[in-house]
Amino acid sequence: MPTWSSGEFAEIADMTSQAKPSLKPGLLAVEDLSIAFKTEKGTLLAVDQVSYQIEAGKTLGMVGESGCGKSTTALALMGLLPSSASVSGQAHFFGEQLFAQTQAQWRRVRGNRMAMIFQEPMTALNPVIQIGEQISETLFLHQGLTGKVAMDRAIEMLDEVGIASARTRAAAYPHQLSGGMRQRAMIAMALACRPQLLIADEPTTALDVTIQAQIVELMLELQDRIGMSIQFISHNLGVVSELADNIVVMYAGRIVERAPAALLFSQARHPYSVGLIQTLPNLKHRQAQLPVIPGGMPHLGSALQGCRFADRCQRVVTQCREQVPALISIGPEHDVACFRADA
Amino acid sequence: MLSFIASRLLQSAIVLLVMSFVIYTLIGLMPGDPIDIMVNSNPGYTAQDVARLRAQYGLDQPLLTRYWSWLQSAAVLDFGYSRTYSQPVWVILVPALIQTGKLVGLSFVVFTALAMTMGITAALTKDSILDRGINLLAFAGISLPVFFLALLLIYLFAVRWGYLPASGMFTIGGSGDLIDTAKYFVLPVLTLTAAFAGRFTRFTRASMIEVLRMDYIRTARAKGAGPLRVVFKHALRNAMIPVVTVLALSFGGLLGGALITETMFAQRGMGKLIFDAVMGNDFNLALMGLLFATTATLLSNLMADIAYAWLDPRISLS
Amino acid sequence: MMCISSTPPLLQVDHLAVHFPMARASWFQRGPSPVLQAVADVSFHILPGETLALVGESGCGKTTLGRALVGLHASIQGSIRFKGQDLATMSPTQRQQTRRSVQMIFQDPYESLNPRLPVSDVITEPLLIHGLGGGAERADRARDLIAQVGLPVDALNRYPHQFSGGQRQRIAIARALGPEPELIVADEPLSALDVSIQSQILNLMSQLREERGLSYLFISHDLSAVHHLADRVAVMYLGHLVELAPRSELFDNPGHPYTRALIDAIPQIGQGRRSRGRTIQGDLPSPLNPPTGCAFHPRCPKVQAICKTQAPLLQPAAQGGGQQWVACHFKD
Repeated sequence: MPTWSSGEFAEIADMTSQAKPSLKPGLLAVEDLSIAFKTEKGTLLAVDQVSYQIEAGKTLGMVGESGCGKSTTALALMGLLPSSASVSGQAHFFGEQLFAQTQAQWRRVRGNRMAMIFQEPMTALNPVIQIGEQISETLFLHQGLTGKVAMDRAIEMLDEVGIASARTRAAAYPHQLSGGMRQRAMIAMALACRPQLLIADEPTTALDVTIQAQIVELMLELQDRIGMSIQFISHNLGVVSELADNIVVMYAGRIVERAPAALLFSQARHPYSVGLIQTLPNLKHRQAQLPVIPGGMPHLGSALQGCRFADRCQRVVTQCREQVPALISIGPEHDVACFRADA
Repeated sequence: MLSFIASRLLQSAIVLLVMSFVIYTLIGLMPGDPIDIMVNSNPGYTAQDVARLRAQYGLDQPLLTRYWSWLQSAAVLDFGYSRTYSQPVWVILVPALIQTGKLVGLSFVVFTALAMTMGITAALTKDSILDRGINLLAFAGISLPVFFLALLLIYLFAVRWGYLPASGMFTIGGSGDLIDTAKYFVLPVLTLTAAFAGRFTRFTRASMIEVLRMDYIRTARAKGAGPLRVVFKHALRNAMIPVVTVLALSFGGLLGGALITETMFAQRGMGKLIFDAVMGNDFNLALMGLLFATTATLLSNLMADIAYAWLDPRISLS
Repeated sequence: MMCISSTPPLLQVDHLAVHFPMARASWFQRGPSPVLQAVADVSFHILPGETLALVGESGCGKTTLGRALVGLHASIQGSIRFKGQDLATMSPTQRQQTRRSVQMIFQDPYESLNPRLPVSDVITEPLLIHGLGGGAERADRARDLIAQVGLPVDALNRYPHQFSGGQRQRIAIARALGPEPELIVADEPLSALDVSIQSQILNLMSQLREERGLSYLFISHDLSAVHHLADRVAVMYLGHLVELAPRSELFDNPGHPYTRALIDAIPQIGQGRRSRGRTIQGDLPSPLNPPTGCAFHPRCPKVQAICKTQAPLLQPAAQGGGQQWVACHFKD
């Protein structure tokens, strides 16, 4: 079964190199990241030539449906992919090459300069270790703090993320806390060493709607205080819009649009982005039928020629099914991968 | 936690009491009255003698009265006399208990250490040659019947190569010190261990593999923890939760295996003792022997519950 | 209780309460056995063809309520009447009939379909249970239903794990439609799905409602999801109904502070970063240890002394023309 071939796309990228968007140097610069998995069905390309950058103190929102490769990208940046994954491309973090690191170097970065929080706080926290200790472990690993010093600092962190009675809570186990508190504890654990980049993979998806809002506010507040950058990954464009300075829209492993948040919402060009914006809940008026993007995203490794969105696209033409559109700059800071972006 | 243990202890005590009545009744129901055996061995007894003997031993009393008087004595730790040995039950029971205790205790420690080490190694090197090798060994251990393994070991180590004694507990006329008795323990312990280690190696491996797939392991790595820390601090305790409970419960099974092993190696332990007592209608000894077996099972259950609650805070603090 | 229309209600719930006795940790634990009051004194009705949305966050009792309606909970107080008949006093035949008419769709499309059954069996099983038609008829029905939910016919031969979350939810809907129910209790049918797929399912549910005159009890924690389907909205907090109003009144002019908080939590699109101070603080209290008086008072921005001692009753508010019921001392 034929799968995508990176060679074909490199060809196209060369052809359009004049219009290829240039990346300004920033805190994190990801260049042509591709991730493939070895499975029984052959090599499947999960992420295809993804490039983006995050500046210091800014938030990048990464939006797309489940399976579009956004979480895989994040795990690659943390070096947490399984051994069946092969990563190509580069990621510069403060000028250093992430993918060229040794395991020891990775361990010094993880939890220290780059931290990650996950979707399900109940399963992401160790059920048999107390919360305070899970936080102070980070401090021990990277700052050598132990004993009372470490625990006091952990309690400070719990306080900072808005957990009341932090000292008592530090002795609690994850199952004794509510979902919202667990997520706050995860954030405390991630930020204990004041990382420069926080990667948040769907941190609000498993939470109730008022708790979601609380966590979003908390992250904004902490960002102001600590000054870290955030890569916020979600399938919910609404939540992303409340946080992001810039947004990257992913579909089936590729970036289809990249723009500052305000620009995206006012001038989205890719049919998928437009569709996503239209499917956001509109409480102002009721429609007979909600706008939808029909169909579903193609699965990893399914054979398709041309643009992977073609089957669901309303602007599709013949060219779309024959060639893969490259990411082209159509304005300052606005990049789109679509032949019919101006339609 | 304390109230949890206290209530479990109370429950165990009640079960023990009920079991004492059940065993007492069951043994009493067995054919073969002690008086009949006495009469058979001495034809000179007349019917009046029989009646007198019955009254003397209190065997003409109804069941409940007899049980009650037994209970009263047992409460002050007077367990009566063994008919076959003509000695207080205590004197017979204690050495056998110690012998079995040593065997079972040693085996438990050895097979636990072995199984955990092999199981964790297998899980960490999943699907490698080492993993497959350990799995094979484990299967061998599970598949071999205890008596066969005992015979095999005796043949190899005692008969063929002469390193170790074939049976017994200590050398007659020997020093009786630790080194001497240790030799007699090697093969029995090996036999018992092999039978259990295989099962637990696979169990530990499966539990460890399951735990290593969990999200919190990924979180630990995302914090920058190295592989040793991830395995021993984050994974191990979680992996041990299901294993430890089954381990504690297996204590009862160990006693059963010990019976066969003791027989094969001619060691005077609890297993053989209880068997002989029941077959020989030695009422008091049989009763106490069985009650000790019950206590061992109850204790192991209690240990399992406590271990589970101690390891898993979700149980003790809900 | 509040039914003022002339059509008799399809479902009438009066003073429903569901509690769960909890086990003690040990024999030595002092005090009475703890009881979890999952649903406390809830009353509402659903008219034929109407969609009532039941909104609230985890632990508010909405799932328990939904399950009690389909008869999944034994220890309930109060009455549930379906087409005038009390569920508790029904004969077994009547109860079986009611089960046909009240179907349920569950939250997790990955868990609510038996992975060992092919889709055709999943859909025809309710028909088999209720004795609706022979083998050939059931197969025909399955083909109809699978087409109605927008899936291809060959889906019938495949297994649930071969489908995406949205597709599985469609299968669950097809299963629920088989016995031709009059009321579908949908327990968070969208929560496990991506936002872009949610609209597809909402459209499907709306379309089916038009075609069949279905009533829905739509349970959700997300107000924005119910906006499209709901005729009326009921808001639950810690087992109590705190507001019950027609949809537009609720969204335009919420009466209860908690409803207001739920609305404020909805992200406002394209307005940049979330502004501070918009969000309610605190967590849901434990249902085992509910606050005194009004259950919401620890988190309420309008709290006064009376709120801590006296629980407010659900009563008509001045706004909303008598149709908006709010349980708050300061609703007006």
